[in-house]
Amino acid sequence: MSPALSVWISGIGLWAPGAGDWHAFRDIVAGGAAPGETTRPVAEVLPPNERRRAPESVLLAAAVAGQAVRMSGRDAATLPCVFASAHGDQVITDYMCETLATAPRELSPTKFHNSVHNAPAGYWTIATGCHAASSAVSGGEEAFGAGLLEAATLAVADDRDVLLASYDIAGTGPLGSMTSTTGPFAVALVLSPRAEGAAVRLDITPERGNSGSDPMGDGWLDGLSASNPSARAVPLMRALALTRPAALRIAAARGLDLHIDMGVAA
Amino acid sequence: MPHLMTPLAISAYTATSALGRGLQAHADALASSRGGLVPNDFSTAPLDCWIGRVAGVEDEPLPPELAEWDCRNNRLAWIALRQDGFADAVRAARERYGSARIAVLLGTSTASIGATEEGYRRLDHGSMPADLHRPVLHTPHSLASFVAAAFELDGPCLTVATACSSSAKVFANAERMIRLGLIDAAIVGGTDSLCDSVLFGFNSLELVSPEPCRPFDAGRNGISIGEAAGFAILERIEAAKDAPLLIGYGEASDAHHMSTPHPEGLGAELALRDALARAGIEPGDVDYINLHGTASQKNDEVEAALVARTFPPTTRASSTKGFTGHTLGAAGVLEAAITLLAMRERQVPANLGATTPDPLCGPQMAWRPEPAEIRIALSNSFGFGGNNACLAFARAEQRA
Repeated sequence: MSPALSVWISGIGLWAPGAGDWHAFRDIVAGGAAPGETTRPVAEVLPPNERRRAPESVLLAAAVAGQAVRMSGRDAATLPCVFASAHGDQVITDYMCETLATAPRELSPTKFHNSVHNAPAGYWTIATGCHAASSAVSGGEEAFGAGLLEAATLAVADDRDVLLASYDIAGTGPLGSMTSTTGPFAVALVLSPRAEGAAVRLDITPERGNSGSDPMGDGWLDGLSASNPSARAVPLMRALALTRPAALRIAAARGLDLHIDMGVAA
Repeated sequence: MPHLMTPLAISAYTATSALGRGLQAHADALASSRGGLVPNDFSTAPLDCWIGRVAGVEDEPLPPELAEWDCRNNRLAWIALRQDGFADAVRAARERYGSARIAVLLGTSTASIGATEEGYRRLDHGSMPADLHRPVLHTPHSLASFVAAAFELDGPCLTVATACSSSAKVFANAERMIRLGLIDAAIVGGTDSLCDSVLFGFNSLELVSPEPCRPFDAGRNGISIGEAAGFAILERIEAAKDAPLLIGYGEASDAHHMSTPHPEGLGAELALRDALARAGIEPGDVDYINLHGTASQKNDEVEAALVARTFPPTTRASSTKGFTGHTLGAAGVLEAAITLLAMRERQVPANLGATTPDPLCGPQMAWRPEPAEIRIALSNSFGFGGNNACLAFARAEQRA
């Protein structure tokens, strides 16, 4: 059976506690390096003043998106983008709910406009001068798979390269105990509908059921993978780092997995 | 340039807002130019403003088997889903295609954050109170996961949360998935309900009017916030031959500012051009545009100029936010339903609330209701972060 969607990976970005970018992650997974210090995400795309005051979610999403686009050599200004996140900026949501419960008329207007789920998409398109379609999606615990399905669908349907960034940050306050996200993690991929020199192809087919994921047998990777919904991308990122053909299943919804065959050009 | 789109059938649709429950309530209110805004009585310390509130939501909990999802936002969705035979149409589609071949693609700006706010108002020793210990509620995906669970659907399930363009953009998500054969049908739409986050949030930005909103009025002074839910089923035209059609959509970004639109409406115009190109139509083909028209200074200024410079006077245009308030993430689907109703009822809705037209407005504006044969119509939805969407619809007989 032919896959439902085939896309090529032309750019990759990643930030994890202990791996400040995709290259650091690859060195840990494929090169035997130890995870390093946790560093502040570097979002070079944002103007310096925005970078200083950006909410954590925006900084994280813009950092990985910037890495992926730079690797792809594409022009961010013309690249449609999909920003996926299970919970958005939980620190701001916690602030909002706390303030609304105590002094609602003192709500900060800046915090309010930064609280929208599409704040990272907004800041990204503003910083890159991007007038293409931009989206902000969620899929709950399956947010990464749902975002991947949406971005791959957009790339194939409109025959365009598409930027996907998936990010979640650690929960805090009473909300944090509901979302069970223990740490920040973000990935970005530039997906292309044609090979154009890219080495890795993903053949994606939605399949019924949620198979769950097998442990990768590496404490750091397994811990990372469980830290938040966007980190469900870790098995895929590991396979990309190892650059070997692989078959994976990633949940895209309750009762729906994506079966992914990863092919690598010789 | 985007490809010409193969039209899709809108085989069922429904809406619930301050105008009432279901399509007939909306048709009646629009026919008589009777708005639904009322003085704000929402929240513990109501702001001095007007709101579009759906009556009775607080008195109608979800049925016991769906109790995990019970909150104002999902109640409002559940009320809407049971109007106009919509739930039966979903079940029939499930029967026809199977549960994995139907996507649930829903827009919202704040989903059930009202429940999270409530938890913070009555914390139990610093923690979420026991009755709100329901993680499915405290996430933007609450609405979509609720609807998928309620109808036992296990196809793709996505929340689009791009502020006020959310439930317009889901029509585009559905078209792509159907075109690529990933699904056979999609439930699209969205729900946003009144909550402190948006009332006090828009108030903090000084965007809320103390009076009922007056879109495109020279003296307009801000938005009125409303709540609404709306849903539609999209499928291939062979499946519903007499249904109205989605014939195009456009999506674009302003790349300008987080909370004010591009001064020349660049993103809005790109979304409009994208929609016209996918639909294969020219501005002169458009009989009616349901405008975003929030009654904020900037939006209406930019949108009025865009309409005035793009369309002939034969294209009629109005904002219906004077009827319903700005229903944020639900505005896209609510106004899509109103646009389809305008076609069905052969009447352009009034631009309710305006008495002194902004001089920027062109001759396209329909200040009062007008009888009209509406064959092709557009609906605009623009959101925070410069996120723009435009939908194009046609009457069934317009099919080529």
